[in-house]
Amino acid sequence: MLYINNQIKELEQKALKIRREIVKMISCAGSGHPGGSLSATDLIVALFFTKLRFDPKRPDWPDRDRFHMSKGHCCPLWYAVLAEVGYFSSDKLSTLRQLGSCLQGHPDRRTAGVEVASGSLGQGLSVSLGMSLASRIDKKDYYVYCLLGDGEIQEGNVWEAAMACAHYKCDNICAILDYNGFQIDGSIQDVMGLEPVVDKWRAFGWHTIEIDGHNMKEIVEAYDLAKTIKNKPTIIIARTIKGKGVSFMENTADFHGKAPTKEETEIALKELE
Amino acid sequence: MAELLYQRNVYGETLVELGRDNSDIVVLDADLSSSTRTQMFAKAYPERFFNFGVAEQNMMAAAAGLASCGKIVFVSTFAVFATGRAWDQIRASIVYSGFNVKIVATHSGITVGPDGATHQALEDIAIMRVLPNMTVVVPCDGPQTRDAVKASFKHPGPFYVRLGRAKVSTVEGKGKFILGKADIVCEGEDITIIACGQMVQIAQEAIKSKELSKISCQLINMHTIKPIDKEAIIKAARKTKAIVVAEEHSVQGGLAAAVDEVVSENCPTRVLRIGIRDKFGQSGDPQELLKEYNLTDRDVISVVKKAFSGAK
Repeated sequence: MLYINNQIKELEQKALKIRREIVKMISCAGSGHPGGSLSATDLIVALFFTKLRFDPKRPDWPDRDRFHMSKGHCCPLWYAVLAEVGYFSSDKLSTLRQLGSCLQGHPDRRTAGVEVASGSLGQGLSVSLGMSLASRIDKKDYYVYCLLGDGEIQEGNVWEAAMACAHYKCDNICAILDYNGFQIDGSIQDVMGLEPVVDKWRAFGWHTIEIDGHNMKEIVEAYDLAKTIKNKPTIIIARTIKGKGVSFMENTADFHGKAPTKEETEIALKELE
Repeated sequence: MAELLYQRNVYGETLVELGRDNSDIVVLDADLSSSTRTQMFAKAYPERFFNFGVAEQNMMAAAAGLASCGKIVFVSTFAVFATGRAWDQIRASIVYSGFNVKIVATHSGITVGPDGATHQALEDIAIMRVLPNMTVVVPCDGPQTRDAVKASFKHPGPFYVRLGRAKVSTVEGKGKFILGKADIVCEGEDITIIACGQMVQIAQEAIKSKELSKISCQLINMHTIKPIDKEAIIKAARKTKAIVVAEEHSVQGGLAAAVDEVVSENCPTRVLRIGIRDKFGQSGDPQELLKEYNLTDRDVISVVKKAFSGAK
């Protein structure tokens, strides 16, 4: 599929808006995870606005594509996108992490559009596998997308799932790895290196696509390509920048799980205009 | 002589029966389908059976994914791996979302026998019971296994069924299985024995013995550990002098703890516990192990006597 420049520009504008929402939500909540939410924004915006089949008015529509955010701590991104596409009013975004809110600190089923709770890392690819096996039994053609964090794939459960997705030839699964290079305690390389990450997924029987996770054109083309791969699952390994779009949050572990101050929020929102 | 049945055989047969009329039933196993008998379902409905290999965590979280698409998922492996190995997957992906996943675990308790401590689940009731909205059932024999599995199918939400490895004799005189309702196997005035699993049979043997002929015992088959039948426990606590709890599980966190919680809040009563006392198991013949860990009818007799005499 060819993407005209206008479409790409629209997606980029949408991503900027979502990034502003993420910063505002986390700032308002006083806690949360901006770094990984901002690094995965372009990937998820492109997915929801160009690829994913869904209907906010019918969250239980059996033919909907499934999206699961396995790295649940980045839910401010998910919530902002769900509000933007109409699952709920954007007024709710300011209630993130508050008592009684439908927007919990880590996602659960009280949020319209969330299929399965997440937050305990490493389980989401297995959840996606279950959704894929269900489509096989029901002879449905929906697709299952799963966002993984790079620190997250240090969990052994991820590799159990990787093995099984390939064993069962789940070609309707597309995992997306947000490879921003940082986790809470520092750089991935220092804490627990993942390289050679592409080889690992290939060795587990996956089709791999490597992209720049902030290049909208590359992102949408990767989603298109993933759908053409048969008899094996696909993973898009997206090189991203932690905290993308906010200068003082970029390429550091400092804003993995910390809210910006009032002053920092103002600077961040200005940078994201 | 009472009928001897493998609970897991009954489980496999019941799954096939349920699967016939219910196309939403999906069964998962982790390389133990020949032992858990889910193989029977796999043969009957191969398109609805998935073997996960030796990967229980993946299996449990995948069960959540299947359930999110409307499937009723039966997941089986040995109790120690089903509950301990994959506890966080059960907690975070299945139970928190309230999914319709039925964990039917076999090879629980000390009577797993020669495989030894790593394979003997003595903590599974405790770690399943503590999860909010989890239902926990321990059927006492073959026929009750069928009832429990069917009840799990009918009951919406997460469910744990605990089965054993060895053949067990069918309990005579037990009532109809009603989920959440204690089954009074026999009435008595002096001491109440509350048991689950095959400890029901062992307690029944004890009650029939000459040594207990002068103590009037009532026996409760507490097949549903959660939600526990509070009313039945309170009634028993008021009626008899003391309660003896018998389970093939740690005395901490399981049936005894569930009983303790009810009596201590409602009508403090002496509760004596028969179970594994803060120990790991070991290899051995199941009957030898029951003896070694004080889980025989002889042990029930001595604890009931102690309860009756009020001895410390």
